[in-house]
Order: sequence, then C-alpha cells, then structure tokens
Amino acid sequence: MKFGVIVFPGSNCDDDMVHVLGTVLGQETVKLWHKEESLEGFTTDDCIIVPGGFSYGDYVRAGAVARFSPIMKSVIDFANRGGYVFGICNGFQILCEAHLLPGALLRNRDQKFIAKNLFIRSETDNAPTNRRLSPGQVLKIPVAHAEGRYYADEETIFQLNQNDQILFRYCDGAGEVNLASNHNGSVGNIAGICNEARNVFGMMPHPERASEMILGNRDGYSIFQGLAEAVAEAG
Amino acid sequence: MATASSVQVDVEVAKNLGLTAEEFNRIEEIMGRTPNFNELSIFSVMWSEHCSYKNSIMWLKTLPRDGERLLVGAGEENAGLVDIGGGLACAFKIESHNHPSAIEPYQGAATGVGGIHRDIFTMGARPIASLNSLRFGDPHLAHTKHLVAGVVKGIGDYGNCFGVPVVGGEVFFHPSYNQNILVNAMSVGIVKVGETVSASADGPGNPVFIVGSATGKDGIHGATFASADLTEDSADDLPAVQVGDPFQEKLLLEASLEVIATGAVVGMQDMGAAGITCSTSEMSAKSGTGMRIDLDKVPTRQSDMKPWEILLSESQERMLIVCHKGREQELLAVFDKWDLECEQIGEVTDTGRLEYYVGGELVADVPAEPLVLGGGAPVYERETRRPAYLDKVDQFDPATVEVPSDLRAAATKLFKSPSLVSKNWVTEQYDGTVRTNSMTENTPSDAALVRVKGTDKALAVTTDCNSTYVYADPYVGTMIAVAEAARNIACSGGEPVAITNCLNFGNPYNPEAFYQFVNAIKGMGEACRAFNTPVTGGNVSFYNQSQYEGGRIEPVYPTPTIGMLGVVDNVKRTMSLGFKAQDDVIYLVGDNVEDLGSSEYLRVVHGIEHSTVPHFDLQKELKLHRAILAAIRGQHIKSAHDVSDGGLFQTLCESAIEGGHGFTVDTDTEMRKDAFLFGEAQGRVVVTADESRTGDLEDLLREQGVGFRVIGRVAGNNITIDGEDWGNLMEWETSHNDTLAAILES
Repeated sequence: MKFGVIVFPGSNCDDDMVHVLGTVLGQETVKLWHKEESLEGFTTDDCIIVPGGFSYGDYVRAGAVARFSPIMKSVIDFANRGGYVFGICNGFQILCEAHLLPGALLRNRDQKFIAKNLFIRSETDNAPTNRRLSPGQVLKIPVAHAEGRYYADEETIFQLNQNDQILFRYCDGAGEVNLASNHNGSVGNIAGICNEARNVFGMMPHPERASEMILGNRDGYSIFQGLAEAVAEAG
Repeated sequence: MATASSVQVDVEVAKNLGLTAEEFNRIEEIMGRTPNFNELSIFSVMWSEHCSYKNSIMWLKTLPRDGERLLVGAGEENAGLVDIGGGLACAFKIESHNHPSAIEPYQGAATGVGGIHRDIFTMGARPIASLNSLRFGDPHLAHTKHLVAGVVKGIGDYGNCFGVPVVGGEVFFHPSYNQNILVNAMSVGIVKVGETVSASADGPGNPVFIVGSATGKDGIHGATFASADLTEDSADDLPAVQVGDPFQEKLLLEASLEVIATGAVVGMQDMGAAGITCSTSEMSAKSGTGMRIDLDKVPTRQSDMKPWEILLSESQERMLIVCHKGREQELLAVFDKWDLECEQIGEVTDTGRLEYYVGGELVADVPAEPLVLGGGAPVYERETRRPAYLDKVDQFDPATVEVPSDLRAAATKLFKSPSLVSKNWVTEQYDGTVRTNSMTENTPSDAALVRVKGTDKALAVTTDCNSTYVYADPYVGTMIAVAEAARNIACSGGEPVAITNCLNFGNPYNPEAFYQFVNAIKGMGEACRAFNTPVTGGNVSFYNQSQYEGGRIEPVYPTPTIGMLGVVDNVKRTMSLGFKAQDDVIYLVGDNVEDLGSSEYLRVVHGIEHSTVPHFDLQKELKLHRAILAAIRGQHIKSAHDVSDGGLFQTLCESAIEGGHGFTVDTDTEMRKDAFLFGEAQGRVVVTADESRTGDLEDLLREQGVGFRVIGRVAGNNITIDGEDWGNLMEWETSHNDTLAAILES
C-alpha cells in the first residue's frame, strides 16, 4: 500500500502531505505530476491525496480547471473502482468539481480569506478518516481558505445526513454546532464529507498542519492514522 | 549609431526623468556623446535612488557588514546569506513597497511580497516564511481603512496562493503615515550551503534567457517613482505600479529551484526595479562582462512596445538566467514542464557593454560598470540639520504629567489603542501554517519560530521598529529597534545572528530628514556591533512624507525597520509568552527604571506627542538577553515576554490572555504608578517560574548580574493590581481582540 500526492501547478500543500504521511506516519508516499495520464503503479489498494493550494491559480473557481487535468481522469476512474481518495482544502474543492463528492465550496460568507484554528466535531466513526475518533469528539484544526463555504441543495443535504456521509462539522470548543462557530457560512456547519461508497473523502480544514507536537497541535494526526490503517487493511 | 527614438535628448529631458543637470553632464562624459533617449532612460533608472542608493550608500557602508556566519557580504547578492549550521544557510531580506501601496494598496502590497520572495529564490533558497511590517495613518479615517483593507488583502492573496506562511510582523498606526503608508515585506528562505546561485554573468558566449511572465507596460519608471516625493499628483503615476500574479510566481519558484539543481545555470537574477535594464547591467558589472540583448526576442504582452518600455518594464514574475552554453536544453525542459516562457534573448560578451538591439539595429549601447552601485553610479553626501522639533522633545518634563486618579480607566483606554490591540483582523487573512513549520501559531513567542525540517533547529525571526522612539531620538531610537528585535529573539529561545533593514525616511534633500537618517544609521551600527548581528542587506526608501491640512508637508516618522534572524539549535528549548499555570511566580527581569518618555500612554492618555526617548542601556540589554537565554536553556522559566509598547501592564495582559490565566501584581511604592504600569523603559522582560524553580532562577540572574524583582503571581481569572480588582480577564480579552475590527469595519 502507498500514498500518491497529486501535484498540480499551484498546489502548495503537496510537500506538507508528503511530510505528514511519509515522515510523520512513515508511509510510502510519492508525488504524482498532473500531466500524467495514468496512475501507473497504483492499485485500488493504494490511496490518492489531492492536496491544498491554488491549482492552476484558481482564477476561474477553485478546482474548476484542475478537474479537467490529465491525471484527474485516472483519479475519477480510480475512485469509481473503489480506491481511496482524500482531498483537503483545494483538494476537497477539486473533488466536488469532479463530482466525486456532492455539493460545492463557495466564497466565504464574509468574502474574506480565513486563516485560523477552528473546532470541528467528528460526526461518524464509519469512515477511515474518522475511525480513530469517537463520534462527537472535538478537534482543533486550522483552516486557510477563501472558498470554503460548503453548499448543497436540500435534497443532497438530506441524503448526506441519511447516509451518514458527514465527516465533520464546525463547532465551538465544547462541541456545540451553532451559528457562532460557523465561520464561513457552510450549510449545516459542514466541514468535511465522504461519498456514498465511503471511499472518497474531502474536508476544508488542514489536519496535516496539526499532526506534530512541535507545531503545538496534534489533533489532526488520528485522521491520517485512521486512513493509513484502512488503506493497509484494504491491501 | 542609429537612434531608434525620435525624442531629442537634452538636459530638460534628463530632468524630467529624475536626473540632475550634473548627472546629465557626467552621463555625456561617460558616453563620450549625448545619449539617445533609450540610453538616458537606462541611466535614469539605474542612477535613481532606488537602484543606486546614491544618497545613502556612504552611510550604509559604516554599518557592520561582516561576521563569521555570513556567506555573502551585504549588497553582493540579492539577499543576505547566513550559515545556520548543519550544512544549511538562510537567505533573508526585507524590502519596502511604500509608494505603490499608497497609490494602489492591493497590487502595491502584493507585488512587494512577490518581489521579496523572488530575491530569495533567485539565490536558490526556498522561501519558508514571510513577515511584514506595516505603518498606517489614523485608522478612523476612511482613506486609512481603504488602504488597510487593500494592503492586507494584497499581502494575503499573494502569499496565500504562493504558499509561504506569514509568521510575524507588526502593524502600527500614526497620523504621520496618513498618506504615505509603509509596507515592508520580509522573506526567509533555506538552502543547502554550496547550492546557491549567484547573480553573475560569467563566460562570454553563454546564452542569456528571460523566463517567466511576458513583459508588459506595467511598472515603467517604477524605480524613479519610488525615488520622488509622494504627492497629491502621484495617483497620476498609476501605470508605475506593477500587477502581480502569485500563481506565476509559484511556478517560477518551482521551476527556478529545479533548473538550479540541473547545474546548467551560470547566474540568475530576478527582475524587480528597472526590469531588464537592472538585471542585465548588474549581472554584467558583477562579472566584468557585457551582454548583447535582442529586445525583439523578449516575449511581450503588447505588440507596440518601444525599446525603452521593454528595457524599463517592471512586469512581475520574471527572471534573467545565464546558462552554460550547450546546456540550453536542460533549461528549456524544466520551463516547458512548468509551462513557463523561456526565451533566449542574447548572450554574454567580453565588451563590458550592454548592447540592446531591435530588428538588428543597435538602439542602446552603454557601459555596464558606470551604471551600478559600487561602480560608476554617483555617490552623494547630503546635508544634515538637527530638526527643530527636537527642542520640544528636550523640553518634556514628566513632572508636569499628572498621575491619573483612576488608573484602571487609563489602562482601559490605553488598552484600546489601535497600535496595541490584537491584529487578528489582519493576521487571520494570512495563511500562517502552510508548509507545516510554524511553531508559534499555536503557542506564540516574542519572535516567530520556524522549524527547519530534517534538523533539530528552528529559525527565530522578527521585525521591529518603534518609530516614535526614533522620532524622539534617531540614534537611541534605532538602537532600541535593534535591541528589541534581539530581545524578542532571546525571549523565544533563539540566538540573534544577523539583521536585514528597511530604512523608511523622508526626502534626503531635506537636511532635517537626513539628520534622522544619519543618526539612525549610527545607532544601528553601534547596536548591531554590540549584538554581533551584522547587516546583510535590505533597502532604503526615501521620499516618504504626508501632507497635513494647510499644505504643510512633513516626513513620516523615521522608521528603520529591523528584520532580525536568530537560530535555535535545539527546538526542544524554545519559549512562549503565555502564562502557563496558576500560582506561577511573576518576575520583572532587568532594571525597572521610572520613565514615561515616548510611551503610548503619554500619547493616548495625555495627548503628548513630544517626549524623550525611553531609558535604554545597551550593555545591560546584552546582559539581560544572555540571562534570559540561559534561563530558557536551563528550563528555569515557563514564559517570557518583553516589556515594549504599552509598558508592563500591556505585557502582563498579553501573557494572561494567551495563557488563559489572570494575575495579581503589586506596583512599586518607590515609583509613580503610571510609570510602573505603562512606562516603556527598555531592557525589561516578564518571566514566570514554578515556585520550585525560583531559587535556581534567582541564582542564575544574580550570577549574570541582572536585576529582578518578584511582582506578583499568576492567579485566578481576574486582573488584580495592588489588591484592587480590575475585572475579569475575558473583558480585557474581548477589548483586545475586537477593537481593531470595530474601528476598521465601522
């Protein structure tokens, strides 16, 4: 089993993902260039990471161009065959644009970039990213985005709830999901979701930036730990 | 020689380009003839203050510029390079983008960030952190709000996309910056020793490439624009402001580092001020070579660009690269991979001249050496005169200042000063955690700590300058700026190693403004020698001034911003500023001198603008910093936070808010209470220690010959002064966190 981190022009969290998976968790991790047409050497026992950043500059709409890049065709095929795909921040935006995840990420309610620690509550334990967390557990994870307001129509939100597809919601330090803790205006305070088949995951906060004590916060570590375990079991 | 320009050149044309009559004569002497318009334009930008440092270089040379850790000397390359051990070096530099930001805050600030990062990665270093030092006018003015919003968004959008975190900096407000704001951006990068690239053009016959963005008409005469007074008409110079594209810069960064790794690169320089002109002439002059450049090979955005426009364009995200002949394909392959333009535009020659061609016709032919700083560019000594306002400073008598009957009310008012409150409204728009090295985002320290991956080291970085101190006494005030930077680094657990400076002053032809500059340099030199922190480079920004009602024009407060680099050899021995636990003992370390001079308290509570510079003792500072570092390394203390703007009360509150613990402190009966709480005498640090470690700490401080006194304890959730309840910490925290947003968004 191994991890592949996609590098788009403008990706800027690719090195961070390689660091946290490769160095901190000791997993085999390689970079994948966006111009590659195939995921050579990867099987559905492996995991593809779509990292944060500003793919292709994100001048149109975050993730709108990246979804058409050569490698994304393979990633879509890989996901449809059951391979694990995890997108963080711009990666989440790209996975939504590629329709691997439902909904969209819109401009933040206050039209400003938000870079700060936020609290998120784990909503399920039925997902690799959340299996190490107990439902209701609160994590402090930084966000850094201008387009992070999760939006989907009522029917989609109903389905997400119905199918236990919501991974994280923004909350306060005590785990209360409320208006005050919803900094970007996401529907239902949604911070992360998975697809119905539970092999594609996306979240706006950056757990890779909160996975080492030297950075003063290790709350994100268990998300990767859970994912690595699930990938290992799949292999 | 054919002149491709129809403009008839004479001394009036030269004056319009910002040159003096004497300079025009010298150009004619150098050329042996009257230059054509293209050539004159080249001289005008290269001899502008911005590129030539003609009015400042004499004084800059008096600064300490050597040290055992310095791998390149000041001014030798695009940025300073400091050995941090373990085979690694740190490239760092600070630069201003004041005038562009005052006219077009968003693009001005954004391109300031882009430019300084380029200076770092053009040397082969990967930028891993940035800081910015900002000065705005009265935040209640609509114009200031507009500038703040634009600058902050510009810095944020550029850096967030580029993917380098903002880890530190400062934001101050003062009416002297009402029209002329200051935007100083600093970049810090890491490179393996021996893997850097020089800005040289060795080897006649080697091809010269332009890479990155196409060249447009933006930013033409930007360097000249930066070298003139900012006036009401400056908005007409809008085309002199460049437009930034952080995505292009990100690609340029990755491609540049990749191409350097191939070994095909001889030399590389980014294009900032004066564009192709500056990069070709500086690289040639550095190597004693020349260049033949075909301007029609330069990829342009517009079809009708004139030769001088191509020469002077300051379009962003471009680099000039000299490559080993025969290895062009390696260069082309990398830039093709990153989908960036990479065009050969000429070659290195042995003529010592810069020959620019259009369509086979020679349109400009100038010698390289006379153009550049350290070569033939003019050097001037300017007149100084002690500013008249210093008499008012000398007349300040603290005895005339009454101690307020309600100190808590005074504290509450002072605590809302825009310069003292939390800048979270600003910093929450900057990505501070990308690259996963920021150690002080979750646990703040006086300096920002940036982990260096693959080592046990961290960098400690800070920018500092209290310009009101420099205004009151340019010499001592600038020593204080250096000392505060060093103190901040010591309080974070770092050893100060070097500085970069950004010298923001008024018009150098104004003798009073130049007096401030000269004395600031003298103070900086003395302090840097004492702290063994040589100056690795930086920049000078003159001509900063604001117009007051009635037409009176005054220079901005003199602002020699210090960007200091420190090194932490063991990341496990760092220190943060928040209080850690109830009952910890609070110490004030350093001599507690009664002094109200130049305090924010005098300005905010008493409306006093002119007062003496705060007490400062350079030798005692040094001792204090050594003692603090020893206490951190010996694990005697649990928090350290220096006393600076706002005084001791401000320091205590910041540590309390960060740690989530209240405190009880007793003032000194021997001292004015307001001076104890709000005075800004230098050389003091608040530390806390566990009761069990107080003996060790006190022994250490005595050994080091540093004064100290126990002033109270970390206690409860309230602030208690002399037994009097000053309210719940939450109220102070709310005031601290919400004031700036309330002002800026009203």
